Amino acid sequence: MGNPIIFLLLAIVAIGAAVGMLTSHNAVHSALYLVLNFVTIGVFYITLNAPFIAMVQITVYAGAIMVLFLFVIMLLGAEQLRGVTDVKGGERVHRAVAGLLAAVLLLASALLLFQSDAPEIAAAAIDTSPTALGLRLFAGYVFPFEVTGVLLLAAMIGVFVFSKTKKRGQDA
Amino acid sequence: MTFGQIALWGLVVGFVMSMVIITGFAYTTLLERKVLARMQARVGPNRAGYIPLPGRGGQEKKLLAGFLQPAADAVKLFFKEDPTPGKADKVVYNIAPMLAVIPAILILAVIPWAGKIPGLVPEQYSYFAIVPGLNVAVLFVLAVTSISVYGVVLAGWASNSKYAVLGGIRASAQMISYELAMSLSVLVPVMIANSMDLGVIVEAQRGGWIVFLQPVAAVIFCIAALAELQRAPFDLLEAEQELSAGFNVEYAGMRFGMFFMAEYMKMVSLSAIAATLFFGGYRGPFVDQVPVLGFVYLFVKIFIGLFLMIWIRATFPRLRYDQLMLFGWKRLLPISVINFMIVAVFIVLAQEGVFAPITRLFGF
Repeated sequence: MGNPIIFLLLAIVAIGAAVGMLTSHNAVHSALYLVLNFVTIGVFYITLNAPFIAMVQITVYAGAIMVLFLFVIMLLGAEQLRGVTDVKGGERVHRAVAGLLAAVLLLASALLLFQSDAPEIAAAAIDTSPTALGLRLFAGYVFPFEVTGVLLLAAMIGVFVFSKTKKRGQDA
Repeated sequence: MTFGQIALWGLVVGFVMSMVIITGFAYTTLLERKVLARMQARVGPNRAGYIPLPGRGGQEKKLLAGFLQPAADAVKLFFKEDPTPGKADKVVYNIAPMLAVIPAILILAVIPWAGKIPGLVPEQYSYFAIVPGLNVAVLFVLAVTSISVYGVVLAGWASNSKYAVLGGIRASAQMISYELAMSLSVLVPVMIANSMDLGVIVEAQRGGWIVFLQPVAAVIFCIAALAELQRAPFDLLEAEQELSAGFNVEYAGMRFGMFFMAEYMKMVSLSAIAATLFFGGYRGPFVDQVPVLGFVYLFVKIFIGLFLMIWIRATFPRLRYDQLMLFGWKRLLPISVINFMIVAVFIVLAQEGVFAPITRLFGF
């Protein structure tokens, strides 16, 4: 699992960034905190002997997705959040339920993590040569890989459908 | 060597190489101004510093006129007033130049500069780099280039100026569009060398440069790298006629200088990456006998890359925004996907021995 001091420092940065993301009132600041969080998680992967996942995490999440987020925020000029003044009774209940569910999820995943043998798996040296990775993905885990591919394809077709119907509506 | 010794060695080498690159950055600006001036039938900066030589008729000839220009520029930038706009987002405005420079320096960590130099390279590694033997080096380069856009985007947003924010928006859109084509072309040398370690990719080019095997991937990489660098003809984010100066319009002094620093250092490092992936890296004649020659060959290749970028800037007009998007998504990306698939199929066929009769025919 690597050095406990490094783990603690990284954990503090990651949790701090997550809290900052939730509490800051400016959408661009939130996005930046999220980038910091993603990069820290990338460093976590490095300490867990998984440099490939670390680099992909930084390229895809911190690099591509968050740049897209910033692009949309800046394009819409939507960086200032409206101040929430009055919360209605129904919404208060919704919030309480959502908070409870989040707490249960967090507790469950923490319990699962402490029961599993993740440290042993991470401690084993992993071959990150392209051949080994390819074999692992396309021979060992081909079914989850294909399912993920189908999901992404469905999402992409969904995007096409939505953007098409909108255009037709404007023409009519 | 223990882990601590290797880490110390990396720190020392990293510091020295960073200093070399910062000097290189200063002289890249001079190179650009001089070459552009010559191509436009001007003289360029020629006042700051020269070596006097006796000439005919009592007039002295001036050798290397202007070679102290970078020093003069640096002094000017450091002593200029450096204001922050009143409505700017102070924190983001101040960290944006740093976020631009840091990735530009980080890319240099994985570039192999020379082969195994006895006494200078730890014995378990086969080449000289700041971080040698990193088996995800190619992905590291992609990761760092993908986060290098933040400096520009945040500078544009934090300045709280319409021109600057337009420059930032353009930068982020352009970056996402050309990153895909660049990643797909980078994967071609990875497949040919069967490794993501840049040193192994260089050694795989012992028999011949990958550019001869795969000119399409090399050309796509060079175009996409130019777009990632946001240099002419892809410099829409600082188009003077439309955005006055784009993302850096509110910056002055050394913080403005840091954006320049980032641009020129990224020029150097992406030239080095292009040379490493497609043009044999540090390899050249007699490099096995005299490993120190590796530095010379790589510097020559970087210089050629820089010269080509300046040449392109002097030659081509800027693209229009719709042309930029059309070229990126409808031309460059499909070509790189098809090329990638062709390379993959050919490599499998070659491993299955389909080409064996043909190669036997030519007596290989």
